[in-house]
Amino acid sequence: MGIEVVVEGLTKSFGRQNIWQDVTLTLPAGEVSVMLGPSGTGKTVFLKSLIGLLKPEEGRVLINGVDMVNSPERDIFETRKLFGLMFQDGALFGSMSLFDNIAFPLREHTRKKESEIRRIVMERIEVVGLLGAEGKLPGEISGGMRKRAGLARALVLDPQIILCDEPDSGLDPVRTAYISQLLIDLNAQLDATMLIVTHNLDIAATVPDNMGMLFLRRLVTFGPREVLLTSEEPAVAQFLGGRREGPIGMSEEKDAAALAAEATGTRTARPAGPREIVPQLEPSPGLPPRRAVTRRRERVLGLLDRLPPAARAAIERTYATGGAAPAPAAGSGA
Amino acid sequence: MILGALRQTGRLFALAVEVGRAIFKRPFQFREFIEQFWFIASVTILPGALVSIPFGAVIALQVGSLTQQLGAQSFTGGASVLAVVQQASPLIVALLIAGAGGSAICADLGSRAIREELDAMRVMGVSPVQRLVVPRVLAAMGVAVLLNGLVSVVGILGGYFFNVFLQDGTPGAYLSSFSALAQLPDLYISELKALVFGFIAGIVAAYRGLNPRGGPKGVGDAVNQSVVITFLLLFFVNMVMTGGYLQLVPPKGG
Repeated sequence: MGIEVVVEGLTKSFGRQNIWQDVTLTLPAGEVSVMLGPSGTGKTVFLKSLIGLLKPEEGRVLINGVDMVNSPERDIFETRKLFGLMFQDGALFGSMSLFDNIAFPLREHTRKKESEIRRIVMERIEVVGLLGAEGKLPGEISGGMRKRAGLARALVLDPQIILCDEPDSGLDPVRTAYISQLLIDLNAQLDATMLIVTHNLDIAATVPDNMGMLFLRRLVTFGPREVLLTSEEPAVAQFLGGRREGPIGMSEEKDAAALAAEATGTRTARPAGPREIVPQLEPSPGLPPRRAVTRRRERVLGLLDRLPPAARAAIERTYATGGAAPAPAAGSGA
Repeated sequence: MILGALRQTGRLFALAVEVGRAIFKRPFQFREFIEQFWFIASVTILPGALVSIPFGAVIALQVGSLTQQLGAQSFTGGASVLAVVQQASPLIVALLIAGAGGSAICADLGSRAIREELDAMRVMGVSPVQRLVVPRVLAAMGVAVLLNGLVSVVGILGGYFFNVFLQDGTPGAYLSSFSALAQLPDLYISELKALVFGFIAGIVAAYRGLNPRGGPKGVGDAVNQSVVITFLLLFFVNMVMTGGYLQLVPPKGG
C-alpha cells in the first residue's frame, strides 16, 4: 500500500517573489490526487518541493516520519527511493539509450543480475508501449515517447509514491486518454499514492480520487474530487469551465478594472445547475480492482458532514449507484 | 556584492569538501572515471606537447641570453630546466586542463542541469556529486599529474635542443648544471602542483556546471566563468605554493 504524504504550512518564494504560501494538505495513502492550476502557479515547484529538490522556506513535508524539507540530506536521499517522479519532458539521460535510462535506477540501487534487470525493464517498456524503441537515444524519439520512457523509469523500482508532472503536455487527446487509463491501471497494480500535476480537464475529470487547485499563491481547495468539481469558487468554476470570464487572467490575475468591465459586458450564457460529474475511470479488464476505492469510500463517508452540500449530494449520488462502475473507458492499454 | 562573492566562495569550498568525502564513498564509478580520464587525456596530450616545445625554447633562449651576459653560461641548463619543471610545466598543464578539460566538464554538467538530468538523478536517490563530479575531478587530477610529466620532458628536450644547437651551448655543461642545481623535491613540487591544479580545475568546472543560471545561455556563461575563475585561482595558488616551497626546501646550489 502506498504511503501517506502530509504537507503542512508549506511556503515557497524565489527571492522576493512568493510562489505559494501556507499550503496544507494530505495525499491519502494509495489514492490518486490531481493538482490543478493555471500555468505559472507553481505546480511544478510544488512537486519538486514534495520530493526535496527545492527547499520551501517554511512548513514540512512528512513521509514515513522524514521531513523532506528539513531532514538531513542522507535521510532525504533514502526516502527518495520510495518515489517515482515523471518529469515534464522525461528528463532522460541524453547519452544513454532508453533501455539504459530505464535500467539506471535498478543498476544504481539493486544488485540484480543483468538478465533480471533486462526482464524488469522490458516489462516496464511494454507497459508504456515502447517495445522496439529501447535501443534509441532520447534525442531520436518524439516528446510523447520520451514522456512515457520517463514514466517507465519512474516505475522500475516499484515506487510507493508516484508524482507526474503534466503527463499530458505535448500529447494528443487520444494519447492523453491512454495515459489517463495507464495511470489508473498503475494505481490498481501498484496501489501507490499518486499525485498528478496538470491543467488538462479530461485527466482532472476522470482520473483522480482527490483534487486540489493552486491559484493566486495559495491552495484554493483540496479534497475529494466531488468537492472541487461542484465548487462554486469563481476561480475553480472558471478553470473547470475553461472560460475567460472570472478571476483568472492572461497574466495570472486580473485587475479590478478588467473585472468591472467584464461584469458590465455581455456574459456568455452559463449552463445552469451543477456541472455534471463524469464517472471515474476503472482499471482495464483483467486487472485487480483498485484497493484505494474501498479505503476512499470509508474516508469520504466519514468526512461527509463537513463537506459543502453540493459536494455531499454528488458523493451520495456516486455511492448510491453502487460505486458507479461504468463500462471501462475507451482505450485499455492491455 | 561582497556578500554574494563570499557566498559563492563558501559554496565552492563546500563542494570541494563534499567531493573530498564522496571520493571514499562506495560504489566508485570506475567506468565513468576511465571514460573521463580518456577524454581529458585525449584533448590535452597533443596541445600539451605542442605548447611545451616553444615554451621550453623561449625559456632556454631567454635564460641563455641572460646567463651569457652575466658570464654564467654554464648554468643555463640547470636554470632553464628548473624554470620549466617548477613553473612552466604545471602552469601549462593547468591551462590545458582548465581550458580543454574543465570547459568540457562544465558544459557537460551544465547541459545536464538545464535538461533536468541532475534533478532526475537526485530524485532517484543518486547523488550527482558522487556519480558524476567525483570521477571527473579524479580524472582531471590524474591526467594533470601524468601530463605534467609529459610536458616537463618535452619542454626540457625543447630547451636542450635550442640551447645546444642554436646558442652553441655544450651538452655536457647543460647536463652537469642540471644535476648541480636541480634536485628531486623540484620534481615533487611540480607534480604536487599539477595534482592541486587538476583538483581546482575539476572542482571549479563542476561547481559552475552544477549551477548554471537560466537556460542554454547560462551554460555558455558558466563555461566562460569557470575557465576564468580557474585561471585566477591557479595563478594565485601557484604563487602561494612556490613561495612556500622556496621557504621550506633549501636550494641545492646554496
